Parts: sequence; structure tokens; C-alpha cells
Amino acid sequence: MIHTDTGPQREKVAFWRVPAIRAILYQALAIGFLVVMALIIYKNTLANLAKRGIKTGFSFLTNEAGFAIGETGAMPLLQGKTLWLIAAVVLGGGVIFFLSRKMKKEGQELSDSTPLCLLAATLLIGLPGAVLWFFPGDIPTLHYSESSNYIAALATGLANTLKVSIVACVLSTILGLFVALARLSPNWLLSRLARWYVEINRNIPLLMQLFFWYFIVFQGLPSVRKSIELWGIISINNRGLFVPRPIFLAGGAPFVAAVVIALTAIWFYLRYVKRRQDSTGQQLPRMLPSLGCFIALPALSMACFGTPFSFDIPHLAGFNFKGGMTLTPEFVALVTGLTIYVSAFNAEIIRSGIESVSRGQREAAYALSFSKTESMKLIILPQSLRVIVPPMINEYLAVTKNSSLAVAIGYPDLVSVGGTILNQTGQAIEVIGIWMGVYLLLSRVISMGMNWYNAKIKLVER
Amino acid sequence: MSHETTDENIIIEIKGVNKWYGKFHVLKDINLNVRKGEKVVVCGPSGSGKSTLIRAINYLETHEEGDIIVDGVKLVDDVKRIQKIQRDVGMVFQQFNLFPHLTVKTNVMLAPIWVKKSAKAKAEKRAMDLLDRVGIADQADKFPGQLSGGQQQRVAIARALAMDPKIMLFDEPTSALDPEMIKEVLDVMRELADQGMTMVCVTHEMGFAKEVADTMVFMDAGNIVEYSTAKEFFEHPKEERTRQFLEQILNH
Repeated sequence: MIHTDTGPQREKVAFWRVPAIRAILYQALAIGFLVVMALIIYKNTLANLAKRGIKTGFSFLTNEAGFAIGETGAMPLLQGKTLWLIAAVVLGGGVIFFLSRKMKKEGQELSDSTPLCLLAATLLIGLPGAVLWFFPGDIPTLHYSESSNYIAALATGLANTLKVSIVACVLSTILGLFVALARLSPNWLLSRLARWYVEINRNIPLLMQLFFWYFIVFQGLPSVRKSIELWGIISINNRGLFVPRPIFLAGGAPFVAAVVIALTAIWFYLRYVKRRQDSTGQQLPRMLPSLGCFIALPALSMACFGTPFSFDIPHLAGFNFKGGMTLTPEFVALVTGLTIYVSAFNAEIIRSGIESVSRGQREAAYALSFSKTESMKLIILPQSLRVIVPPMINEYLAVTKNSSLAVAIGYPDLVSVGGTILNQTGQAIEVIGIWMGVYLLLSRVISMGMNWYNAKIKLVER
Repeated sequence: MSHETTDENIIIEIKGVNKWYGKFHVLKDINLNVRKGEKVVVCGPSGSGKSTLIRAINYLETHEEGDIIVDGVKLVDDVKRIQKIQRDVGMVFQQFNLFPHLTVKTNVMLAPIWVKKSAKAKAEKRAMDLLDRVGIADQADKFPGQLSGGQQQRVAIARALAMDPKIMLFDEPTSALDPEMIKEVLDVMRELADQGMTMVCVTHEMGFAKEVADTMVFMDAGNIVEYSTAKEFFEHPKEERTRQFLEQILNH
């Protein structure tokens, strides 16, 4: 039998038995069901809102909030110097982006050309730096108070969520790495301890762990008058962690500038070392000159412009501590709980990533006379990263989303603040919409960034 | 099992080596000398310790007793010395062990750049020469996963040669290959042998052994059972165990 392009069977078949038509039919049914459900929900909601006399819309957001938030920070306002700073960053970044795209079309990398690298450094660091330095005044900020509006309240909550999430992501990764290395250690005791750490932490629900840290550990700390003091500068009590706060003096700005310039110079030096190795094979020292530059430039700035900071040390005044920086017990408990809980998962991800690289890879590296460090850096790590990164994306998403459990211990994150607003205004749909929208956006941003990184290190197979 | 040669010609000297995996005695009092330019083929049933023996030569396995001296350098627990030996000894594995995250060319260039500190352009030129020599210069920018097994093994040989080794070790280089790919790898090895490379090769390819080997070593249960020239080994094997083995492997 000769097969033609029209398909394998040329006999007449009832139309509902043709696979392609079936597929379209099922799709149409599913979409129809979805549309009907959405319509029902929409009409039902409108009817119920009308019955209770609730006004819909987001106009309530500009009303005065009237409640206090336990943890507030200064947030930049979108006016004056802030706009100039953003403009400088966008301008510098934009110019570099288009330049590098143009060079890529010509088959070159931006980093191939030294003058262009200098230009990039000037634009990316110099431009915003110049705005910060020469533009008069400070960056305008908003500090949330009871008379601020709901937008400011939500922004404060979001800032708190981000603060906790970022700190917990970074700390849990570092802690996870150490636990993973301990589990892989040939030391019996160490690897057993690490194993039990992982088993206990990942098998107890996060909420229980947060309760433990907050109600048992941090609420159980001594009172203000009986604070635990460390080296006379850090105080710990049931009102939180009191640490010194750096105060910028006249030498502060030049000091920061010197650090930035030193880092840029080190980058250029390392680039020079690499190019020299590529062209002559000669390896220049990296560590010592870099370290020297990093110490010398800031030291020079200190000698010329005076001490950069002094520290405001917290001290007992009346019934509480004055001065310094306060980390509330809620914040510390949330960060501790999240970090420890997630580090157990991260440790397993990192361990399995390292173990996924076969023994043969290590042997091949040794047979080529690579040292232990070189084989780790060039062979093992690049291969394990591709196994580690995808599940790590999930963990970072989980940290961000799980930080909403903050509401259980009274840390004013987005959910907690939004909850208060919901109670005050009764605008449930809007508030829940904002919550979901914000978490969706955060998760998308994290996963986009991590997916971009993952695509960069992905392995090419046939 | 020792034999008489002029001392200055000996490049690998194995003296009274013993090794245990726990209670299992893998290498039993092994003595073996390899001269410069000699081609030694090690054969024997699986579990006889032949892989362990050649892996001990570049310290992928440690040995508990005896001495292994490679080009005048004795193997001891000393990172510098081990790296010196690993630099002089190239190794080709059964499972290729190419670095899957690097292109074929980078696989070959990596060790010369990092270990021998050669310039990138020079290492690249050398890598292309070697890939040309093993017949896969046109695949230089692909990744190992995109090549066939035979091609991967030829890249592995080029990678080992890039370090300009004095000795090449082959650990069953064709055992993981489809039959039609075995020939292309053996051809490269044959050419290498013709150019005078010192080779120690664990293989079951008796045709290749007959053609290339100067010396045959037959191992069983951790012992060197028979040590003789290739001609003698295939035509008049001395030991009964060798005869059995040859019968099984040649008449299958």
C-alpha cells in the first residue's frame, strides 16, 4: 500500500474518532467550562458586594492608614535626586547595553576592548557616583507613620518581606553549603551530625520552627535590665538585638569612593592577568596585588579625609536601649527560622549536585595532573552547578513565599500589613489581589533571573 | 617475574607491589619493568587486578607495599611528586571521562593551559593539530555529548597526548564501544605505537595485541601468571591458566 501525505488511513472514519478533531473538541470544552465558571464567579461577587454595600476599586489606597507598623525603614521617594540617580543608572546601562549588542553583531565581546571597558566602568560607576556626589541635598525618603496612606503601609510591608527574604536566601545558601560539605566529609561524627541536622529540620513544619524560635527562644531571653552583653557593644534581650550603627563622618563619602575605585582597579588588573596568561601562558600573582590595592586606597583616603565612620553604640536609657540599630525579635526569629529550615533543603541540593559528578571526572582531572583546587574549580563545580541551580530556584521562591508565615509571629510583612488594611477597610478582593499580584511578580523576577543563569551554564547535548 | 634489561632504559619499575581492598588482596607481590618505547599489553579475566595495576602507575590507586618508580621518580604521598608523575603519564579510560561541559577543543586545551602554563593560542594550535591527527578536527567546537563513542575516545586520546606524556596508559579503551567503532580507536593507538610511544594497555583485543605488543602480561587473581614476548605468548603459552584463557577469548 502506498501512503500519501493525507495520512495513514484513507477509509472513511466518523469525525469523532479522528485524533486531531478530538483534540480540538476537548480544548473547546475546557475553555468553555473556564469561561462559564469565571462569569458565574464575577456575577456572584458583584451581586454580593452590592448586597453588602461595599465599594470596589483601589481608591481607598490613598486614605490615611492610622495604624502603627512595628518595623519601618526609610524608603526612597520617586522625586528629585532619586529620579536623577535612576536616570544616571538607566543612561549608563542603556549605552553599555547597546554598545555590547552592536559588538556582538560584529562577533566581538565588549570585554575584548580595553577602552570600551574603561568607558563601561565610567558610565556604570562614575555616572551614578557623580550624581550622588555633586547633586545637592540627600535622597528624599519617606518614613512610614500612622498618618501615612495605605500605599506607604503596603510598601513598608513589601520592604520588610524583601528584607527577610533576601537575608534568609543568602544565609541559608551559605549555611547549606557548610552542612553539605560536612555531610560529604569523611569524618564520621561530622557527617552524622550534618545528616541529623538535615533530617530534623526538614521534617518539622516551618510554622512550628518559627513558633519555637519566637516564643521559646527569643521571648525567653532576659529582660532589658538583665540583657546579655557581648563585648560591651551588642546587647541581646527579649526586645531584640541591639547592635552599633555606623555614622558617616566627613571622610565617609571619599572612603566609599576609594573602596569602589579599588574594586574597579582590581577588576582591570585581574582582566590584565587573564589576557597575559592567554597570550604568553605566564601567570602573574592575583591575590597579593589585589589585596594590596584593596587595603591601600581606602587607607589613603582615611589619611587624607579623616576617619570615615564612627559607631553609635546602644546604651541603656530608662526602660529601653537608646541609639544603635535594633533588630526586632520578630525579625531575628523569622530570619533564624527560615534560614535554618531552608538550609537543610539547600544542603541536600548542594550535596547531591556535588555527588552527581561522576568519580571518573575527578580521576580524569587528576590523570591530567590538575591539582585538587583546579579540578574543583574547572571540572567539578561547573558540572555540579547545573544540577544545583534548578532546584535552588525553587528554594529561593519557597523562602520568599514562606516569609508570609511572618504573620504568625507578628512580623509586619506584606501579608501582615495587608491583613490589617483588609480588616480596616473591608476591601478583601483588592487586598488579596495585591497580595497575589505582588508574590506572583516577585516569584517571576526571581525565577527569570535564575533561569537566565541556568541557561548560561546548561550543558549542550546532542 | 623480572627480566634483564639495561637499567637506564627502564621507565616504569614496579617492585614487590601489594594492595588490598579491605581484606581482598588485589595485587600480590607484583614485579614489572617497562622499557622506553616498549608496548606492554596486560590481559586476564575480570577481577584479576589488571586495571588496578595500571591505575596504580599514576596514583589513581594507592598501594600498601612495594615501590613504583616512574621515570626515576618514586611514587610517595607527596603532592608535588604525584603531579609530576601524572604530568608525564597520560591515561585513557574505559568510559572516556571527557569533560561534558567543555567543547572538544577546550577539553584538549585545558590541561596545557592550566598545568603547563602554555599560551592560549599555542595550546589551541596544538589541540587542533592533535584533533587532526586522531581525525576529528571538524568536530572541535562540538560538545562531547554530541559525538559518538569512538569519536569521544579519540578525543580522550588527543587530550592525554596534549600534555606530551612519556608514557600512555590505556584502561580497556575499547570495552565501552560498539564493534564498528573499535577499529577507529585501535587505528589511532596503532599509529601512536608506530611513533615509538611507551604504552601500557589493558585490553581484550587480542588481534591488536598480537600486532602491536612487544610484551604480554597475563594476570589472574592478583598475580602475574605469565610474562613473555607476544610471539611466544600466543604460540607457546607456558602456563595452563594462560592456555585456558586464550582458548576462551580466541574461540568465541
